[in-house]
Amino acid sequence: MEFQPFVRTRMLDAKPAPVTSVGPAGWIRRNLFDGPLNAAMTLVMAFVIFLLLSHLLPWVFLSVWHAESLAECREIIDQRYGTGHSGACWAVIHERFFQLVYGFYPPELYWRPNLTFILMLGALAPILFTQLPRKMMVFSALFPFLGAWLLWGGSVWQPVLVLAGFGIGFAAWTALAKVNGILAIAAGLILPVLWWVFAMEPVVNGLHAVIPLGLEPVDSTQFGGFMVSVVIGVTAITLSLPLGIMLALGRQTDLFIVRTVSIGFIEFIRGVPLITLLFVASTLLNYFMPPGTNFDLIVRVIIMATLFSAAYIAEVIRGGLAALPKGQYEAADSLGLDYWQAQRLIIMPQALKIAIPGIVSTFIGLFKDTTLVSIIGILDPIGLSNAIRADSAWQGIYWELFAFIGFVFFIFCFSMSRYSMYLERKLNTGHR
Amino acid sequence: MTKKVFWGALAAAGAAASIASADTLEDVKARGELICGTSTGLAGFSAPDANGRYEGFDVAYCRALAGAIFGDPDAVEFKPLTTTNRFSALSAGEVDVLARNTTWTLTRDVDLKNTFIGVNYYDGQGFMVPKELGVTSARELDGATVCIQTGTTTELNLADFFRANNISYEPVPIETNAEAQQQYLAGACDVYTTDASGLAATRASFEAPGEHVILPEIISKEPLGPLVRHGDDHWADIARWTLNALIAAEELGVTSANIDELAASTENPEIARLLGTEGNLGEMLGLSQDWAMNAVKAEGNYGEIFEKYIGEGTPIGLARGLNAQWTEGGLMYAPPFR
Repeated sequence: MEFQPFVRTRMLDAKPAPVTSVGPAGWIRRNLFDGPLNAAMTLVMAFVIFLLLSHLLPWVFLSVWHAESLAECREIIDQRYGTGHSGACWAVIHERFFQLVYGFYPPELYWRPNLTFILMLGALAPILFTQLPRKMMVFSALFPFLGAWLLWGGSVWQPVLVLAGFGIGFAAWTALAKVNGILAIAAGLILPVLWWVFAMEPVVNGLHAVIPLGLEPVDSTQFGGFMVSVVIGVTAITLSLPLGIMLALGRQTDLFIVRTVSIGFIEFIRGVPLITLLFVASTLLNYFMPPGTNFDLIVRVIIMATLFSAAYIAEVIRGGLAALPKGQYEAADSLGLDYWQAQRLIIMPQALKIAIPGIVSTFIGLFKDTTLVSIIGILDPIGLSNAIRADSAWQGIYWELFAFIGFVFFIFCFSMSRYSMYLERKLNTGHR
Repeated sequence: MTKKVFWGALAAAGAAASIASADTLEDVKARGELICGTSTGLAGFSAPDANGRYEGFDVAYCRALAGAIFGDPDAVEFKPLTTTNRFSALSAGEVDVLARNTTWTLTRDVDLKNTFIGVNYYDGQGFMVPKELGVTSARELDGATVCIQTGTTTELNLADFFRANNISYEPVPIETNAEAQQQYLAGACDVYTTDASGLAATRASFEAPGEHVILPEIISKEPLGPLVRHGDDHWADIARWTLNALIAAEELGVTSANIDELAASTENPEIARLLGTEGNLGEMLGLSQDWAMNAVKAEGNYGEIFEKYIGEGTPIGLARGLNAQWTEGGLMYAPPFR
């Protein structure tokens, strides 16, 4: 008998992987019970999470949405879920929702902040997403004036003539640019300021008398709630980025005075807590201005918040600039680009890309810092929560208001952080 | 040229400002509304309701003042101020009058250049403890942990009291009243101390108010009152006599319900002078003849305001105590209207 060695004549079908290593079971084994130490940790954590949720979920969901006061809430909870159950009294959010969102803005005018918010998204879109047509940027540039007019109201000529100031500056600059460069810049800066400070008000009044177009004015004291957070946050964010870029460049320049001023400004602002600056805005400024002048508190706060975050942005961008290889600067020079062209076309796009996570962190921080204004008496959500607790119907309520405010802030901040990750992925073109 | 224009404008602004601050009544009338500095939220004393309308004991005074000036209790704008910026807002002219449960002290009156125009609430610092501790007097609090708001006069009063009685305590510093409630209820401290009105309001908001007692000792004087800035005695007079009118109205039995009837038919000369049917008190103040009538009509007389916002019928449930009329054994005593 001939020896017949075993030879496989056809390939075996691939066997399915063992049940313990695929599907949910496999995932659990790989990620949760990978060895005795990890298994123990998983069990401990599962117990902790269970403990948290078993207290939190009944509080959040076995709760009251409709009641007139905290006492009524407690009665309903006792009735519905039995005494001893502690449930949330969301009725306070239900009753004060509009106040928490708009503050004391007149209810019949809620459409104005709503419209402003929608337009703001429209204005931000072309800045945030490059695939949109570039022409939309025109709207983005006009939006600040439109938005301010919608929120504060007043004569339509106000924003139009403020815009005209920029036109005057530009016209003066172009007219004089051929005569003398420095004179042109000086005229381009000084003339609009003169226009805004001295000439504009009578012209606004005159035009308004002839063509009275306008919205009902709403005073800043009526602003409150999340509206104030968004107004202060978004304005300070958009203004501080360009200011921060200028400061970062100023800090690196060879011009002695510009550099000294930039360094002095950045180091001073970074060395002072934001609360101090807000107190200066709300209290100290009063002593410097002639009595009776009414310098809008919200505008003062916006200025302070902008300066504050600009200093931080400047340092974040300086980090981006420092991370650029020196060859990039030399390459720009060798192409014959002048300083501004080099910055605009070569340096900044790369430096900003590196700095994105830092910039967005600063912005998120700034947005959350807007709650500090409650300390100087502006009724932002935190300030309002205090005022709501002072109502004898809601006195004693605590966590519900903070939970709601925290939830809304989370939505804003989480979207910002997601956007920054999207942007990083999109711009991830080299070096890695 | 630019410089000249700048200095010119500055001088003009300065001149306008000095004119502006010379006569507060004229300013207020020209503006068409009173600006009243008030608390960012203190139960019973000032808080915005769901429609954003301010209400409370201090707020009611401002409405009465607006009523006295304009005959319209709603011609007033409220500016929420914190403990830190209240005085600077008043001295800078951001508000015409400050009604923000402010304790009248010599420093605040003299050094900060304010004029307190009277006392609308006599308060004092007290203690609250859980009933189960079995404490009946503050002197038994030896070794207790005490929740106390930092940076207030209550902190200093507390130290004085415990030292005077030769007992010890451990302070638990907290920032706001709401936080204090949470700490106290969570057992972080045995005792909560603040103004007695605040204690009553806090206790009223508890799930089981009966399990906590407010001890009988009141360890400090806290006369709370509205104030105006130095430099305009006429305006201070208006503010002072509006408060007096509210107090006098209660003493004379003039309420928001019977005021029209009394104005038409009273025989009492003091009521007649108060309500402006006799004499010319309103004219002397630079107001209309029925100024006091409008002030009382705004939210009622002193007693009505008290009952409406902080009295025993409200959740805060304060007894009149020191704040009763002098005829009832309290300290409320309006000088004569003549």
